[in-house]
Amino acid sequence: MNYAPGVVAVVLVTLATLAVGTWGLRFSRTTSDFYVASRTVRPALNASAIGGEYLSAASFLGVAGLVLVFGADMLWYPVGWTAGYLVLLVLVAAPLRRSGAYTLSDFAEARTGSTHVRTLCSVMVVAIGWLYLLPQFQGAGVTLQATVGAPTWVGSVVVGAVVLINVSSGGMRSITFVQAFQYWLKLTALLLPAAILVAVWAGDGAPHPVDAGGGGDLWSLPLGSGGGAGLYTTYSLIIATFLGTMGLPHVVVRFYTNPDGRAARRTTLVVLALLGLFYLLPPIYGALGRVYAAELAASGRTDVLILELPGLMISGVLGDVLTGLVTAGAFAAFLSTSSGLAIAVGGVLSQDVTARVVSKRGPSGITAFRLGAVLAIVVPCVAALVAPDLAVARVVGLAFAVAASTFCPLLLLGIWWRGLTAPGAIAGLAVGGLGSGFAVAWTLVDPAAGAGWLDVLLGQPAAWSCPAAFLTMYAVSRATRDQVPAHVRRFMVRLHTPEAVELDRG
Amino acid sequence: MTSTPPERVRVTGPPRRRTPQKAALPRTREIDEETRLGEIYMGSLLREQARLAVAVLVALFGTVGALPLVFHLWPGLAGVRLAGVPLSWLLIGVLVYPYLVLLGWFYVRAAERNERDFVDIVEADEP
Repeated sequence: MNYAPGVVAVVLVTLATLAVGTWGLRFSRTTSDFYVASRTVRPALNASAIGGEYLSAASFLGVAGLVLVFGADMLWYPVGWTAGYLVLLVLVAAPLRRSGAYTLSDFAEARTGSTHVRTLCSVMVVAIGWLYLLPQFQGAGVTLQATVGAPTWVGSVVVGAVVLINVSSGGMRSITFVQAFQYWLKLTALLLPAAILVAVWAGDGAPHPVDAGGGGDLWSLPLGSGGGAGLYTTYSLIIATFLGTMGLPHVVVRFYTNPDGRAARRTTLVVLALLGLFYLLPPIYGALGRVYAAELAASGRTDVLILELPGLMISGVLGDVLTGLVTAGAFAAFLSTSSGLAIAVGGVLSQDVTARVVSKRGPSGITAFRLGAVLAIVVPCVAALVAPDLAVARVVGLAFAVAASTFCPLLLLGIWWRGLTAPGAIAGLAVGGLGSGFAVAWTLVDPAAGAGWLDVLLGQPAAWSCPAAFLTMYAVSRATRDQVPAHVRRFMVRLHTPEAVELDRG
Repeated sequence: MTSTPPERVRVTGPPRRRTPQKAALPRTREIDEETRLGEIYMGSLLREQARLAVAVLVALFGTVGALPLVFHLWPGLAGVRLAGVPLSWLLIGVLVYPYLVLLGWFYVRAAERNERDFVDIVEADEP
């Protein structure tokens, strides 16, 4: 196999990322720049950055591989990841920006007035962030192994190092430029090869993707294996992705970089369009893979489908160039998502952990942030080196389920219902977090789960853990209604009134 | 003849001036001071926005969310093709995305209109 295109692509993307990050560094001066780009990012740039950050290895590599093997039911992943932004837009975007919270922990503390809720949220943010970072680092290892022939640990370490340099040197301000650049890189890297590959397929007289390979119409059935279990799994996935997006730490942090609530809404609308555009592409690779790369499905190496398909379909220089392009896109996916998560997790860690350590030696917000970022990256990077290989999209899907069972109820009840109390929030977070967390642990330890109903329920927990968290949060809040925070009415004014009106917002 | 004169009655004209305090209270202060009226203003804004959000979510779950059930009840749909593309792919691989953007666009417009109405009400000069 020819490794040259892969090497060139990885080196170019790394250099470009560092260059754009360094260019952005010229604008990063204050602590506020580091955390939130001083809240001045315009909708178009911000939406590209959100898209760049959100489209992770799971979107770039995972979806195509899953579609290749399982067919149309895997299309629910990209649909859910996009629809999640619509739910976020409708229920959370503007109020969350207006709350003035930087992290989910800040929001929880401001709403409930309890530092216990804050601590619990910080623990969950770090847990979800690490669960999401783990597959990014693993995916990077797989990518470099497939395209450059390097051992798997190299990819994880390279991505970890580049992210660390960028995040700790420039913070949010410079990462915003990097991620906006990486959205357009990722889109080009899938769009151009897809157009050429479809043209090659059409000129080939090769069979229709549905008719190639076994399964026939079952491959077009968007319901898994069909039957009750398939229906449950599909709906549980829909709940996890539709409702989990709003609870992902790196998604929430981005909203605070908008100037105001109205801009937050408009940014989200542009993000919806950018995501929809991107997600048209991965299924095309999955479909073509059925015609040209059936042996990948058989060998289980489905995450490399997008990387190897151009080489399998086209030989010579054009094949090499296209391989280089998709490798560059995949590498950009790891870098941007890991950067966003590192900022979010590092932000929480620096506020709640490292700032206390650093402030004893003299106050410096930026030093605390850098320490937090190091911690946020090193832990999952090491975990990726020792953990067994897991399907990228699968682990990411579980992170969504945890988010849908914890932060989704907290945000929705906190924003739209005055009755939420601190004990209610704690009880709901505990029920949702423990329920979905147990299911995740069960599924990760025993990935070759059987088809029994217990495995089905634990394999995709959101459909039961999310309502359970909602009910617990509601019931315990009602039982402790004398503890509703005194400032809740003023807080509602802050969340829901447009900034143009002069009001006392507490 | 000594009879007590009728008790004096004080006769006054209609008030020429209103009591100044009530009229001077701008509506933003009604909200700031959490008066009953302020509660009504806030309540109506929240209700309008929540109603809009629910309407969009119903439009989302009633269509996109109903697709798995539709395919479960009529599995034969999986074999239907339009111009060579399976119907399921066309629906959840392509058409769903413009539909989501359309819903989002409708929501942003309506939510901003609700907020403009709220601003007009609380910043109006006449109470």
